[in-house]
Amino acid sequence: MFGQFDFGVITRNLPYLIKVGMAFTIELTILVIVLGIVFGTLLAMMRLSSIKVLSAFATAYINLMRSVPLVLVIFWFYFLVPYIGAWIIRSPTPVRVGAFLSSVITYSMFEAAYYAEIMRAGIQSIPRGQVWAGYALGLNYWQTMARIVLPQAFRNMVPILLTQTIVMFQDTSLVYVLSITDFLGAASKIAERDGRYVEMYIFAAVVYFVICVVISFLVRRLQRRIAIIR
Amino acid sequence: MAMIEIRDVSKWYGSFQVLTDCTTSVEKGEVIVVCGPSGSGKSTLIKAVNALEPVQKGEIFVDGVRVNDPKTNLPKLRARVGMVFQHFELFPHLTVRQNLSLAQALVLGRPQQEADERGLKYLDRVGLIDQKDKFPGQLSGGQQQRVAIARALSMDPICMLFDEPTSALDPEMINEVLEVMQKLATEGMTMMVVTHEMGFANRVANRVIFMDAGHIVEDASKAEFFGKPRSERAQQFLAKILHH
Repeated sequence: MFGQFDFGVITRNLPYLIKVGMAFTIELTILVIVLGIVFGTLLAMMRLSSIKVLSAFATAYINLMRSVPLVLVIFWFYFLVPYIGAWIIRSPTPVRVGAFLSSVITYSMFEAAYYAEIMRAGIQSIPRGQVWAGYALGLNYWQTMARIVLPQAFRNMVPILLTQTIVMFQDTSLVYVLSITDFLGAASKIAERDGRYVEMYIFAAVVYFVICVVISFLVRRLQRRIAIIR
Repeated sequence: MAMIEIRDVSKWYGSFQVLTDCTTSVEKGEVIVVCGPSGSGKSTLIKAVNALEPVQKGEIFVDGVRVNDPKTNLPKLRARVGMVFQHFELFPHLTVRQNLSLAQALVLGRPQQEADERGLKYLDRVGLIDQKDKFPGQLSGGQQQRVAIARALSMDPICMLFDEPTSALDPEMINEVLEVMQKLATEGMTMMVVTHEMGFANRVANRVIFMDAGHIVEDASKAEFFGKPRSERAQQFLAKILHH
């Protein structure tokens, strides 16, 4: 059945697919995991704060980000950030941000909203007594969060953080709307150039599948290693 | 001034009043037991002493420092007041050794090695030095509570608060915790203890406070309280708790 297919197109173009396409996808994913979880955790703490202004801001931000499609946010940021940047530094011309930086900012801001909701659930899963114990020993709010609440919240939430991260990893392919060449973009270009659509899209699907399976496996191992002994 | 001074303290949850004009004090070296039926406000009162529960009215002083004053540096004050909780509240993601040293290093700024040594010294005192590298989840309830006491002691507190320290324990583990507390009392530690253990109160306490519905109904010397409490409510409570 695969007689008329030429899977050699994959091996011939592997360096391009990996070095250009996959490198971008992985770089973006890793940066967004780190920035998204950091901002998301801060947003979660703001949302749970007793300071009304903070919690109102965080709630509004999270709800807004979660109710618009990712592609729309990508467009917004790509076209707006240069003007916002110009306005901030009082430059008469739009600031050149570049597609990579723009996508890192966009995805981090967007994913932060989702990570925030996960971390909020994680923080709320920690019994109040743990916070009391931290305070009673003289720890302040930040110390109690950093040393007692967040390490436990994070451990409890690893499976859901993983799910969100896999969704995000796949969503990075949407950067094609900014004409950035990520892994899927690279595969498409080869497919179009060589007229080998079926081969390239099968290959892309297999690669995404394998990476997701490997990430899940590694995270499960990590989870076992850091599990809280009860 | 007494070590702990509680003056006219009232607290509301919304429109529900949990504490009504509570006044009492604990002198240095004194052990007082706070008892009363559940929901009487005794846990809330003891948590107000180190401001884990804010109060809306009245004044609380610890070692002359006003607790419910916005200008008070609460972390600094709390670091000097040991607290033991009903559910132990050891940090489950840290080993026993790390539980003991965390606040010493973070709050008191002790070098890690000194904090470790000090923590282990108190762990030895509560008889659990062999458990130093275990996680809290690997210990029995009684052992966890003794570690919690050692954790509080390694901060060199000026007084100790116990909030129902044996209520969550299986009966056979209650004594090992009470023995540690009794030893602490004989060494002269100032202690405020919320408990239903009337045997402990009878052996160790200087004074007993009886609370009901947010009021301090009885604040009497041990002899007086166990001999003949003044209030009818306390008499009923004692009758129930001693003859069951």
